[in-house]
Amino acid sequence: MLSDISALDLARLQFAFTVSAHIIFPAFTIGLASYLAVLNALWLWTRDQAYLAVFEQWKTIFAVVFGMGVVSGVVMSYQFGTNWPVFADKVGPVLGPLMGYEVLTAFFLEAGFLGIMLFGRKRVGEGLHMLATAIVAGGTLFSAFWILSVNSWMQTPRGYSVNAHGQFVPEDWLAIIFNPSFPHRFLHMVLAAYLTTAFVVGATGAWHLLKDRNNRGARIMFSMAMWMALIVTPIQIFAGDAQGLNTLQYQPAKIAAMEGHFETYPNGRAPLILFGLPDEATGTTDYAVEVPLLGSLILTHSLDTPLVGLDAFPKDARPPAAIIFWSFRIMVGVGVLMLIVGFWSGLARWKGKLYHWPWLLRAAVVMGPAGFLAVLCGWITTEVGRQPFTVYGLLRTADSVSALRTDAVGYSLIAFVVVYFFVFGSGTFYALRLMSRTPEDRIGIDEIGPTRTAGITPIAQAGE
Amino acid sequence: MVIDYAFIWAGLIAVAVLMYVLLDGFDLGIGILFPFLRNHDERMLAMSSVAPVWDGNETWLVLGGGGLFAVFPMAYAIVMPALYPLIIAMLLGLIFRGVAFEFVHRTERMKFFWEVAFWGGSLVAAIAQGMALGTLVQGVTVAGRSYGGGNWDWLTPFSLLTAVALVVGYATLGATWLIMKTEGATLARARRMAKPLGLALLALIGVVSIATPLLRPEYLNRWFGWPSGLYSAIVPVLLAGAAWMLWTGLRDGLTHRPFLATAAIFILSYVGLGISFYPHIIPPSVTIWEAAAPDTSLRFLLVGAVVLVPMILAYTAYSYWVFRGKVRPGEHYH
Repeated sequence: MLSDISALDLARLQFAFTVSAHIIFPAFTIGLASYLAVLNALWLWTRDQAYLAVFEQWKTIFAVVFGMGVVSGVVMSYQFGTNWPVFADKVGPVLGPLMGYEVLTAFFLEAGFLGIMLFGRKRVGEGLHMLATAIVAGGTLFSAFWILSVNSWMQTPRGYSVNAHGQFVPEDWLAIIFNPSFPHRFLHMVLAAYLTTAFVVGATGAWHLLKDRNNRGARIMFSMAMWMALIVTPIQIFAGDAQGLNTLQYQPAKIAAMEGHFETYPNGRAPLILFGLPDEATGTTDYAVEVPLLGSLILTHSLDTPLVGLDAFPKDARPPAAIIFWSFRIMVGVGVLMLIVGFWSGLARWKGKLYHWPWLLRAAVVMGPAGFLAVLCGWITTEVGRQPFTVYGLLRTADSVSALRTDAVGYSLIAFVVVYFFVFGSGTFYALRLMSRTPEDRIGIDEIGPTRTAGITPIAQAGE
Repeated sequence: MVIDYAFIWAGLIAVAVLMYVLLDGFDLGIGILFPFLRNHDERMLAMSSVAPVWDGNETWLVLGGGGLFAVFPMAYAIVMPALYPLIIAMLLGLIFRGVAFEFVHRTERMKFFWEVAFWGGSLVAAIAQGMALGTLVQGVTVAGRSYGGGNWDWLTPFSLLTAVALVVGYATLGATWLIMKTEGATLARARRMAKPLGLALLALIGVVSIATPLLRPEYLNRWFGWPSGLYSAIVPVLLAGAAWMLWTGLRDGLTHRPFLATAAIFILSYVGLGISFYPHIIPPSVTIWEAAAPDTSLRFLLVGAVVLVPMILAYTAYSYWVFRGKVRPGEHYH
């Protein structure tokens, strides 16, 4: 059954699967950790029980999702070695220390203070609990900093030399860490994480408002989330544009594939292909729906700057155009929908009807998972767009593996797929069920206090 | 003065792995002991006793793996393929174990399932780690800068022996941890479990200690050669002392000594393994200097480690201090 597929493809599939499953959790917990810190600060500042109730509800959801992020993340720290040992040996001297710093500055910090954040409010007092909550939020951002630096170096490698073993050897750490695509990618991803969280929180608030528009906790969630959607979505679109320009400068083949531009436009004046079917065999984008000149305007911010197409690159150095043409469009489309919801909510708020427009609330519910879709499609675009290299232009994906065993890679892939769908499917179900309770339910639970036996929550029983 | 960065890092990675074994050892041990606890409430109490700290404990494993990638990339690239099925099994086990902490509280219908998952995940992870240890000790075939051995090298009587030893060792850590953290009937049960577990652990350490020098002649030299044998002889003497502390701690009904004595037994066994390994990072052929990344990499990360590891130890200790004392029903749950 597995013999028809090469071990290399299986290894790629396994990495794509495990890393895609993993990114879903941090994309949510980076934003949620910051949101929890803000909620807890608002509770301490205003002493309004509603903030505490919202905090407690999302804290439990955070615990469920963070746990899934941890266990799927541990898998990632071993994937390089099991399936990509040549890659590990060659890039280890450059990327290993960056990941080492991620463990030392972020993972330990998060893990060390998570227990206090989850269980320690009564033991350490409000002040230290607030500090622990803020530290956990800071840890998630440090983690994003380092891992995005690692990824960006694979896209735009700088500050290295190559030794006799073919290993990349660090020469300039600042050039390695702050490689050209890193600032853009870091900003774009952190904003994406904040938006992802905002739309999940907003959908939860909207869900409860549709049933009871006077629910205090739901109003807090929906209002805060929609501020985020209104303000951050436009910023994110500018950040995305900046990253696109950066990619055009350093990885023009990726941009050409994303845009479906097989031909070079030596005099600029390139159209924007809205939709079409990129065909790599013929080197054309069929059934293209184009807007004249707009491609050049967006990509070069001018009309007559030359714009390279895929034909400027040898066939064995082109990324697969069809995949990233579409993944990019889905990401952008979701971003546009986020922008619409953001402005819509702004209008509703201006009219004093933020909690009253059922179609806005319904749209917000539907948009709950939008951030995840955009994040996944964005990562597919940038990672598939890096192909056929693991280190862009320097180390080919095919040369990053050693003698892999098809059956070992195949069976472990099947095991990961089965376990992930079951375990993370269960976790997602539990998280959704926690969201479906109103924050006031949580206050009820807290009043029962520590005399209750571990694990037996009356609400949980009622919810079964 | 020339600083031997590879040597320093070998020491630091060894300490990270030891921290992992000790800290996640008692977490996993509690999971392994789940079937021997009386009922759901008692199992939840045992789980609560580690719920605030397990994530930090598992982070040492990420530091061990990530650190190996950073400072000994060649060793990482050889060891992971050599241990492929064991690594996958360990990771899957840790997934079930890790999510069970939260999931078990989030459902009534599947409660028992996640308890079984906590047990099974802990057991599978411990077995995989024990077999990985045995596979490394018996030696890994290397070709160039890659793994050169077969697909089933990890499955030998010796690796099965080390797996049983590690499972029993973790269970002993778990039982003695419960002696520290619980009261009443649970405490009594933990004490009853700790005695046979401790005896079995010592017996298994004895068997592994006899089998290891017989596996490879160079181990025999390191242990019984002159003058290195003089230093190595200290380890068994100290081990006997730790065993005595464990025994008296259990006999006299002390709360902290059994755990500390078991931890000492782990540390001494680990030092013993280190004596067999050094100067190799992968026995029998790859030394720490051959596998090390260039000095620029080692130096860069060392600067951070020197500053950050003491901070990590400090706030980890603080976190343990916050959750000190006996755990009570309903605590450490939100």
